[in-house]
Amino acid sequence: MRSFTPSRSSLLMAPALVWLIALMVVPCVLVLALAFFRRGIYGGIDYTFTLENFGLVFDPLYAGIFLKSARIAGTATLIAVVIGYAAAYAIAAAPRRWQSVFLFFAVLPFWSNYLIRTYAWIVLLNRQGLITQLLRWLGYTGEPPSMLYTEGAVIAGLVYNYLPFVILACYAPLSRLNPELAEASRDLGASAMTTFRRVILPLTVPGIAAGAVFVFVLSIGNFVTPALLGGGRFQMIGNLVYDQFLTANDWPFGAALAMALIAIMLLVLTAQAIAANRASGRVEAAEGNANG
Amino acid sequence: MSEPRTLLAIDHVSKNFGRVTAVDGISLDIRENEFFALLGPSGCGKTTLLRMLAGFETPSDGRILLDGNDIARTPPNKRPVNLMFQSYALFPHMSVRANVSYGLEMERLPSAEIRSRVDAILATTELVPFADRKPEQLSGGQKQRVALARALVKRPRLLLLDEPLGALDKKLRGAMQLELKRLQHEVGITFVIVTHDQEESLVMADRMAVLRDGKLLQCDTPHAVYEHPADRFVADFIGVMNFVSGKASPDGVVAVNGARIAGRVPTALTPGASAVASVRPERVRLFPEAESANRTTGVVEALAYQGLDLQLHVRTPRSPKPFLVRVTADAADRRPVASGDHVELGWDAADVRIFAE
Repeated sequence: MRSFTPSRSSLLMAPALVWLIALMVVPCVLVLALAFFRRGIYGGIDYTFTLENFGLVFDPLYAGIFLKSARIAGTATLIAVVIGYAAAYAIAAAPRRWQSVFLFFAVLPFWSNYLIRTYAWIVLLNRQGLITQLLRWLGYTGEPPSMLYTEGAVIAGLVYNYLPFVILACYAPLSRLNPELAEASRDLGASAMTTFRRVILPLTVPGIAAGAVFVFVLSIGNFVTPALLGGGRFQMIGNLVYDQFLTANDWPFGAALAMALIAIMLLVLTAQAIAANRASGRVEAAEGNANG
Repeated sequence: MSEPRTLLAIDHVSKNFGRVTAVDGISLDIRENEFFALLGPSGCGKTTLLRMLAGFETPSDGRILLDGNDIARTPPNKRPVNLMFQSYALFPHMSVRANVSYGLEMERLPSAEIRSRVDAILATTELVPFADRKPEQLSGGQKQRVALARALVKRPRLLLLDEPLGALDKKLRGAMQLELKRLQHEVGITFVIVTHDQEESLVMADRMAVLRDGKLLQCDTPHAVYEHPADRFVADFIGVMNFVSGKASPDGVVAVNGARIAGRVPTALTPGASAVASVRPERVRLFPEAESANRTTGVVEALAYQGLDLQLHVRTPRSPKPFLVRVTADAADRRPVASGDHVELGWDAADVRIFAE
């Protein structure tokens, strides 16, 4: 590998650093600062220090919304991982030349707008929608099922939108897996199911974890999908933050909620990073021993 | 001695992949407790044959009889056959002990029995100090022993080894060849090894099969294959050989330039047919006695010192390629030769093998 002098490498890193500081660190610090002030009487900001915004986050009403958001994000993550892993497994097992084609199709929805993709689900799920028509065509005559504006619709929308991340994250370790490992397991007397449980699954857990964290973090803070597919009645933590800033005009409380959300995301990401680091650290130590 | 029992009978087995025939009607018997080698250049079908024995491929045609039962369609996890993979295929997330225990856990044996059998095989393969290590923490030779222990602990009727020494360096390979043979005697399991290295099969095998283009060319002891190759390809593939092309005559081969090589002509060769005479370098004598049936003179072009012996490249009028002559270090000391020397070569008619070309 070519080695760069420190000055050259910092020069190469500068644009990314400027971007990160200007558009990530500064706004975050501003939002964090906002959370320590009071709401003005006419919706402005009263610059007196207070901690009560953070106290309010733990109010059962808002804590409940946090829990509900975590539950929805967790369910969406679970479903996305099961579907995504199965899809990635099938792609990795396909002939080499077809794999990139299948991956292209798996990622294809990304090329359309998130809003449009989510609106498509309204077309599918509403009372006169495609699913109702399909049921009618099959002979169902009763009341059309109410699928839109439910928790299920929100979960379906989240799973659909973030599935490609899981497929890509799981495909990487599955495609790198030496097929002889599965053969060796079979050769030693294991059934196909046992081979999956004891060899393939444990060796692809890092991919599953990466995909799962992605879906969970993006889902728990999502506000577009619950707004469109959950209807006005349905609130996740993202909608709550949105409302505080744009409807209730309580910026300090909105900022405190946003900070709580960021804290949850950081916690999940840190946990995954530590786990991944420990796994790769073990490999490095092992390689060091083998060479030494 | 009674005739050894046949353990595995490969009966007219073929395997096609689409329009490609990888294995073409091979029949051979593998005997109880022997060390058998499947030898051939890459693409000869030896690995496909091995994978059919392990159960990863199903023959397109023919039967594979283990103790008289056709196992051609039995899945790999239901056969008393184990394979040691070329890549070793050790489970990277498991310790050495867990790797070796895996196959016995699949048999649902009591944990006390698993423990004692694993301990025993780890001791046999000298892996006890590494039992708690992960595969990445092992050297190539240690990994190879884990792969071997993992297969052997199952006490298979047949152990298949796919290029088991391919990943090791030359010196370690030599040591492991003898080690594998010792282990095979110790555990009393039939070994079938796949290799492209003719030297390896000569050293290790009790019997060997030479394959080419999916067909079986010869199946015999290493000595018989080396001394009496079935055809020109086998003669060339196994060891080093001098060839002189020409036409068959009743008592030998007449080379293109008119020189005669005396030797026994196979009955299938009619006089006048294209033929090739061959002789091993170690059968050619430098400064021969008068009674040698074949004699020629030449000029030493090059010398290759190999410690044990000396290989000479001698330019002769007999053939366009230099003749290879192997002289023991002892003989070379007694009568030194140097590059550019004029030498006389001679060999017996009995050491000449003649093949159709």
